Amino acid sequence: MAAPLLVHAPATQADLLIREAHVLDPRSGIDGRYDVLVRGGEIAEIGPAGTLLASEVTEIFEAGGRHVFPAFVDPHVHLRVPGQEHKEDLETGTRAAAAGGFCAVLAMPNTDPVVDSAPLLRSLRDTAATDARVPVGFMPAITRGLNGTELTEMAELREEGAAGFTDDGRPVVSAGMLRKALQYQRLCGGVIALHEEDPSLSGKGAMHEGEVSAQLGVTGIPSISESTMVARDAMIAGWESGRIHIQHLSAHESVQAVADAKARGVRISCEASPHHLCLTHEAVRTLDTRMKMNPPLREEADRQALIEGLKSGVIDCIATDHAPHARDEKEVPFEQAPMGTTGLETSFAAIYTNLVLSGDLPLALVVARLSDGAALFDLPTPSIATGEPANLTLVDLDRAWTVGDGGYESRSANCCFDGQTLRGKVLLTVAAGTVAFRARHFEVVS
Amino acid sequence: MKHLLSIEDLDRASIERICDRAASFAEVADREIKKVPALRGRTVLNLFYEASTRTRSSFELAAKRLSADVVNFSASGSSVEKGESLKDTVLTLGAHKPDAIVIRTPWAGAAELVSRWTPAAIINAGDGKHEHPTQALLDVHTLRQRLGGVDGLNIWIVGDVLHSRVARSNILAFQKMGAKVTLAGPPTLIPRGIEALGCEVRYTLDGLAEADVVYALRMQNERMDESWVPSIREYAHWYQINGRRLGPRQVLMHPGPVNRGVELSAEVVDSPQAVITAQVAAGVVVRMAVLFEVLATSPTATHPLQGVPA
Repeated sequence: MAAPLLVHAPATQADLLIREAHVLDPRSGIDGRYDVLVRGGEIAEIGPAGTLLASEVTEIFEAGGRHVFPAFVDPHVHLRVPGQEHKEDLETGTRAAAAGGFCAVLAMPNTDPVVDSAPLLRSLRDTAATDARVPVGFMPAITRGLNGTELTEMAELREEGAAGFTDDGRPVVSAGMLRKALQYQRLCGGVIALHEEDPSLSGKGAMHEGEVSAQLGVTGIPSISESTMVARDAMIAGWESGRIHIQHLSAHESVQAVADAKARGVRISCEASPHHLCLTHEAVRTLDTRMKMNPPLREEADRQALIEGLKSGVIDCIATDHAPHARDEKEVPFEQAPMGTTGLETSFAAIYTNLVLSGDLPLALVVARLSDGAALFDLPTPSIATGEPANLTLVDLDRAWTVGDGGYESRSANCCFDGQTLRGKVLLTVAAGTVAFRARHFEVVS
Repeated sequence: MKHLLSIEDLDRASIERICDRAASFAEVADREIKKVPALRGRTVLNLFYEASTRTRSSFELAAKRLSADVVNFSASGSSVEKGESLKDTVLTLGAHKPDAIVIRTPWAGAAELVSRWTPAAIINAGDGKHEHPTQALLDVHTLRQRLGGVDGLNIWIVGDVLHSRVARSNILAFQKMGAKVTLAGPPTLIPRGIEALGCEVRYTLDGLAEADVVYALRMQNERMDESWVPSIREYAHWYQINGRRLGPRQVLMHPGPVNRGVELSAEVVDSPQAVITAQVAAGVVVRMAVLFEVLATSPTATHPLQGVPA
């Protein structure tokens, strides 16, 4: 019997009533004003607005028409444990997740040391069982030490609760290696998630190769560095009937490659990040190191293709690729800075402000895609329905806030949306039946 | 003008003002006592993270001719080799209260970054492959001296544009001064998307005859190892500016140091069309003008704090 995929610290099961909320759960089709009663961490009752009584509960939240969504699930975050706790740890990272409305996250293994063995995975899960404010799953490496040449003990890792496998941060350069991993996947299951990049094309690149990199004199990472690998790996997965997930799509050519593979029946899914959906390489003109990530911010046509992909379903889910870095690590010249932006605390607001309010994407689609990652990795999908564990978030869509004002829950502040005024503030997150985040200024009536 | 970080920040009028002042400084070099007291008591710090002979020495000379005190700091043999970050180095050296820091680094945007960490005036002496604004200013100055102006000139920049900060600054400066710029070089060394700056791109020297000015870039030997071009021989065959390709009325420029027999044949280096030594001479007077611009024409920098809170 394999271990459960998600782990979190024990906490009191919530008893609360959210009154007069606009409940929107696109998967179950709820879209209207309701009262939601949570008892013992479960959704006990959903009734017409103003009808449910609070006699047995300890807390009442007067939503006043503000929105309740199924909480979000992020299949791609970096929590930096073990070894890089100066950037983030399980406590701060999951606090950031809760503040962003997430009820579950999957942590990547490119830590120090790399999560590539059962004992390491076990110890991480033990830590999560005391530190994680929202449930965390772990994705161990495909290859030992991310070396690209030796498989990890995938079957044992799977028994210890591996949520899937990835060498994220690095591509699996060798086609033969990926093929072996996909063959071995038949034994143990577990989605193989791929960071797609051909190092012979990306080289020492620090940003998207295009007009902006040409003008800045910064070495570029061409889109083909990603798209050729997506196409290659889709072919390999098709050949082996393997199940792959493409991480952080950035280029329109890659979206096309995934669409083609899906049309051929390849078992492939993919994600897009809020920063690739909201920003382009124009944001890099000032050489702000918060705008440096891998894959890089690309062109408007790429951004549009990602938006279209989300609509059409070619892109299955939104994932933040939350990548915290310490201030002194990012306070260096652009070419020297490490890749990555934080994203957990801003993902909903960034997408809501830049894509929903602009009319590019409907709210319901965004809400769905922010938790559609769960099913891809066999995690429970949050649902606002009677009898379900409470995984929900209360969001004030009208509240404008400036990113970074008042700091971050994350230990790091390298957020590409820092300083932007966004709309949509998470006020409450209930994850696995417990209150994981509560905005400090939210009125509580009891 | 507080800093000189990039040509992008300058308009035509400021480029002309700097060049005019450079012209007025030119006679200082011909004096027996080659010094004016304009910047007496000011401290100029040369902070070089990359090897440089002519840029550093011409900045030093420029500062000294204006009577400033000069401190040279090079990264090799310093605390930088012990792992000190750029910011810490700048804060440390800033404690000596330099009025201006002349900085060269291998990183794009580093000069701009440094300008946020210190109250000193920052002069970018090359930031990675991004910009080398004083080179562009001295090139404009040289052309104005030689041809009377830059307006309407047809300027070809030939060679390794991809790795060249000189190319990027000069494209901007020449265009701001009214010239038409054409880039020519191997397709591997012309960055994708550079046309967006409004210059034409060619992959051969066909049509070079229409150029008024031929600006050859330095071809670095290490580029061969990375297969940017198959060989020096093939590069020279296609792109070398030689006596056969250079017309008698054309002006030949090069930022130096020249690889004779590679981007330029020996005969053209020594030809009357070449203004390469005039460029070097212009380097000192233009840098005098830049130092004067940032230090003498703006209110004296004060130092209320050791560093600027970030």
